[in-house]
Amino acid sequence: MWEQFLENFMNIGLFHIEIGQVIMWMISFILFYLAIKKGVEPLLLIPIGFGVFAANFPLAGLMEEGGLFYIFFHYGIETELIPPLIFLGLGAMTDFGPVIANPKTFFLGAAAQIGVYMAFFSALLLGFSVPEAASIGIIGGADGPTSIFLSSNLAPHLLGAVSVAAYSYMALVPIIIPPIAKALTTKKERQIIMKQMRPVSKTEKIIYPISASIVIILLVPQSAPLIAMFMLGNLFMECGVVDRLTDVSRNALMNIVTIFLGIGVGATMSAENFLRAQTIYVFILGVVAFAFATAGGVVFAKVMNLFAKEKVNPLIGAAGVSAVPMAARVVHVMGTEANPQNYLLMHAMGPNVAGVIGTAVAAGAFISAIM
Amino acid sequence: MQVKAPMVGKLVSIDVNVGDKVNENDTLATLEAMKMIIKIFAPSDGEIKEILSSPGAVVDPDTPIVTLV
Repeated sequence: MWEQFLENFMNIGLFHIEIGQVIMWMISFILFYLAIKKGVEPLLLIPIGFGVFAANFPLAGLMEEGGLFYIFFHYGIETELIPPLIFLGLGAMTDFGPVIANPKTFFLGAAAQIGVYMAFFSALLLGFSVPEAASIGIIGGADGPTSIFLSSNLAPHLLGAVSVAAYSYMALVPIIIPPIAKALTTKKERQIIMKQMRPVSKTEKIIYPISASIVIILLVPQSAPLIAMFMLGNLFMECGVVDRLTDVSRNALMNIVTIFLGIGVGATMSAENFLRAQTIYVFILGVVAFAFATAGGVVFAKVMNLFAKEKVNPLIGAAGVSAVPMAARVVHVMGTEANPQNYLLMHAMGPNVAGVIGTAVAAGAFISAIM
Repeated sequence: MQVKAPMVGKLVSIDVNVGDKVNENDTLATLEAMKMIIKIFAPSDGEIKEILSSPGAVVDPDTPIVTLV
């Protein structure tokens, strides 16, 4: 009897806790602090943080096969279900008007993907495998669901680090973008005023998601899950006859899947998975990716100006770093600083939206090249 | 000269009154677009002659907001 008591007693989690798990708790507390006190992406960092916290208890087995969090992770993320559902909601909130009015801006969003490839090659040089390097590179696209989609596909063991890096750098966009964009432009360039965009008709906006799907999915079939859902959401919104579906896509459904996405991502961050040197590299390479994405967009805008009759303000290239709409706002503020008469917000939305599509395409391209 | 809204948004406030003298780049009105507060600045020195819109209105690009002379 005494032995049985002792055995039960030893099954108390307290005796099995490891130092690594305590460190992971600390990390989750930092995430809570950032979310609650600093307002950093709270809708994501709270569920992610709690996923980290709860998955790092001894004997609880939340992340063991059949455990609750494992089920969230397996069916929601590993099967690649949730990121496309989030894209449905994002599509239902995205106005393609600025891209349609000024299709040139699409190239700026594409140019910013250079950040993805720079980080990819840097990661290869640091000794990461090709699938790992692709998952790290995609951080430069500054798009959470796409990063999760790609790394759960290619390098699930990096999923936690990649998504936390992506979301934290997105929150740092107002700090990362300005110094780079300013260093690459002259004051005179930043003062360039862009003419108001032409109004875009409703018909154009309805046709756009359909025609864009045809072009993009034919070119990069592996981007189909993300692109198809994004465009469906957009069609919901623009067609104007399914307001209920638009509403549920961008509110209720998105909120529901965000909970499971956050927990599932957080729960992958076990001590033995996360407390490794490679996590630090992921964070360093992530910031490299963001920097090159910003630079790529800005430099490409300047190159475009060499040929174009109507000059664009090169700052809007920096909005190619997706992070919608934060990057566009940051660009707007920089433009106003240089010239108070400058209203770049809507112009910056073009590359901004194009950046999201560009990143999804880049993810599709990685998958087709690697798998 | 009419000062117009630079983009779609909701007019939060008009920060001048009829008869005010303003300098170039003074704030005339405040607009909210994409959850961002955007100041509309005076394009030149002048005096506010009329106010053509009111807070709470949703403005399209080119909606006149004030007349500046």
